[in-house]
Amino acid sequence: MTDRGIIPASGYGAALLRALKSFGLLRESRVGMIGAGLVLFWIIVAIFAPLIAPYHPTEQIEYDLLPGTTGPNGNFFLLGTDQRGLDILSRIIWGSRTVLIWAPLATLTAYVVGIVMGLAAGYLRGWVDDVLSRISDIILSFPVLVLYILIITTFGASKINIVIAITFASSPGIMRIVRGLVLDLRNRDYVAAAQTRGESAWHIMLVEILPNARGPLIVDACLRLGYVIITIGVLGFLGLGIPPPDPDWGGMINQSRQVAMEFPHMTLFPCIAISSLILGFNLLADGLREISLRD
Amino acid sequence: MLIFVGKRIGFMILTMVVVSILLFLLLELTPGNVATKVLGPYSSEEQRNLWLEAHGYFEPFYIRYFDWLGNFASGNFGDSVRFKVPVSEVLWPRLANTAILGIATFAVMIPLSLILGVLAGMREGSKTDRSISIVSIVTTSIPEFASAVFITAILVFWLKLLPGTSTMTYGFDIVQLILPAMVLIIYDFGYVTRMTRASMAEVMTTQYIRTAVLKGLPYRRVVMRHALRNALIAPFTVIMLQINWLLSGVIVVEFFFAYKGFGALLLEASLNKDIYLIEACAMVAVLVAVATQTIADIGYTYLNPRIRFS
Repeated sequence: MTDRGIIPASGYGAALLRALKSFGLLRESRVGMIGAGLVLFWIIVAIFAPLIAPYHPTEQIEYDLLPGTTGPNGNFFLLGTDQRGLDILSRIIWGSRTVLIWAPLATLTAYVVGIVMGLAAGYLRGWVDDVLSRISDIILSFPVLVLYILIITTFGASKINIVIAITFASSPGIMRIVRGLVLDLRNRDYVAAAQTRGESAWHIMLVEILPNARGPLIVDACLRLGYVIITIGVLGFLGLGIPPPDPDWGGMINQSRQVAMEFPHMTLFPCIAISSLILGFNLLADGLREISLRD
Repeated sequence: MLIFVGKRIGFMILTMVVVSILLFLLLELTPGNVATKVLGPYSSEEQRNLWLEAHGYFEPFYIRYFDWLGNFASGNFGDSVRFKVPVSEVLWPRLANTAILGIATFAVMIPLSLILGVLAGMREGSKTDRSISIVSIVTTSIPEFASAVFITAILVFWLKLLPGTSTMTYGFDIVQLILPAMVLIIYDFGYVTRMTRASMAEVMTTQYIRTAVLKGLPYRRVVMRHALRNALIAPFTVIMLQINWLLSGVIVVEFFFAYKGFGALLLEASLNKDIYLIEACAMVAVLVAVATQTIADIGYTYLNPRIRFS
């Protein structure tokens, strides 16, 4: 915990300004800038996917072409095609959309649930804290990936179920972090002042405490986003991910695994894509942490 | 101490009961699937119902649960529908295989990450520190399936040095263990390195290290005799928790290399709705989780006399 993260908040407006300012400070961290660059690259690719992608991601064109070859009809394939006749480059470009929509969404819902639980446990204490902490202990003592697999195999592989599984498995971890931060912040003067003013408990939690806990939470969110992308990738790789019509990086690796002996490029490129995006978020988190520790 | 361990065992039993009930409920939601998985997609509705009845699936939920609980407590884990043998017959050999893989992984990963972490944390901000930190961020950013693809592309397809699968069909072969262990090490060592680095860097800023440096001790001696002892307490906990991580970490690796271990078993059990096998695997997982956590906590207080049991 650094002192920098704890300032008396005058509400979300000021907090937002401060957050923007610390993103501006990111320029001082080279590692953070590289991370931000990688993330930004994939965000731009995702936004402009329809313009950049040379082909439709589910359009069957030519089978098993190596990278950089021109098909019989004069079509050029920079990254080749897979065994189902789909252009790999187009699928990677469209796949960035899938991952950049569903991973942040899953992280966000996990955060909403985790923050509410953590605030309640840390601020209200008593039996609420006991019950919530016990529940999260139980969930956390179970291997996460197993939890995901069981939830997905029972309820079926769909985007919503992936979001539910990730929320269920990651919110206890977020709750622990928030709870720890709240325990530290709840005895501050501004909390006492708000209590004297007669503010409601939820007002104090959401308006007084939460904005002051944001520093470590932003860093954690970046790291967690990386983990969620890994998770979605792993589920796709195991064949439990986002169902076929949507291009999904993990799924691409799963579908081309059988022919990886002859055509390594089919699995190699999606792996590079997913690794670079995760690396982006991890470097960004590292840069943000470095800045928040500086002063 | 005894009270502490007792409390933990109590928590473990509570967790096991809660988890096992939840798993039963979870699988209760889709009962028909089991019969389809066992009898195949072309079985008739009647055949499936007969099978379900013969295996007691139409009994009320709580009766089946208590039946299982009683059997489990007395050491009978039930039969696996997937493998058509008692659960214990598949569970223990698979667990042993994963233990071998885990030991191989840890034997390399722990020394590697401790040395790198200490080297990086010794002089914070130095070139060594920066490069080690960057390497560890990069390696933890590559998901296991991706590094498995990269490594097999280089070592199996290109250089043709190692076998691409680890089925161990013709008996145990240590060469087949290299790739899976390598993937696990690459994914996990960065995290332990960073934790060791943070701990080491923190110790290096303390007063007693400054005193030791200022009184003219050789730097090597300051690090070896004074700093290390305190800097290695935190990584101990981290390493214990990695054992727990490994249980789910091996799923991807074992699936990728077709290694017959616990992770692959768990995946297969979940995909086939093999309830008793899932329950047994889950109980092993909870046991390992609580046991490693408890050992980590006890070890931590033992290594660090400043902390006592509360």
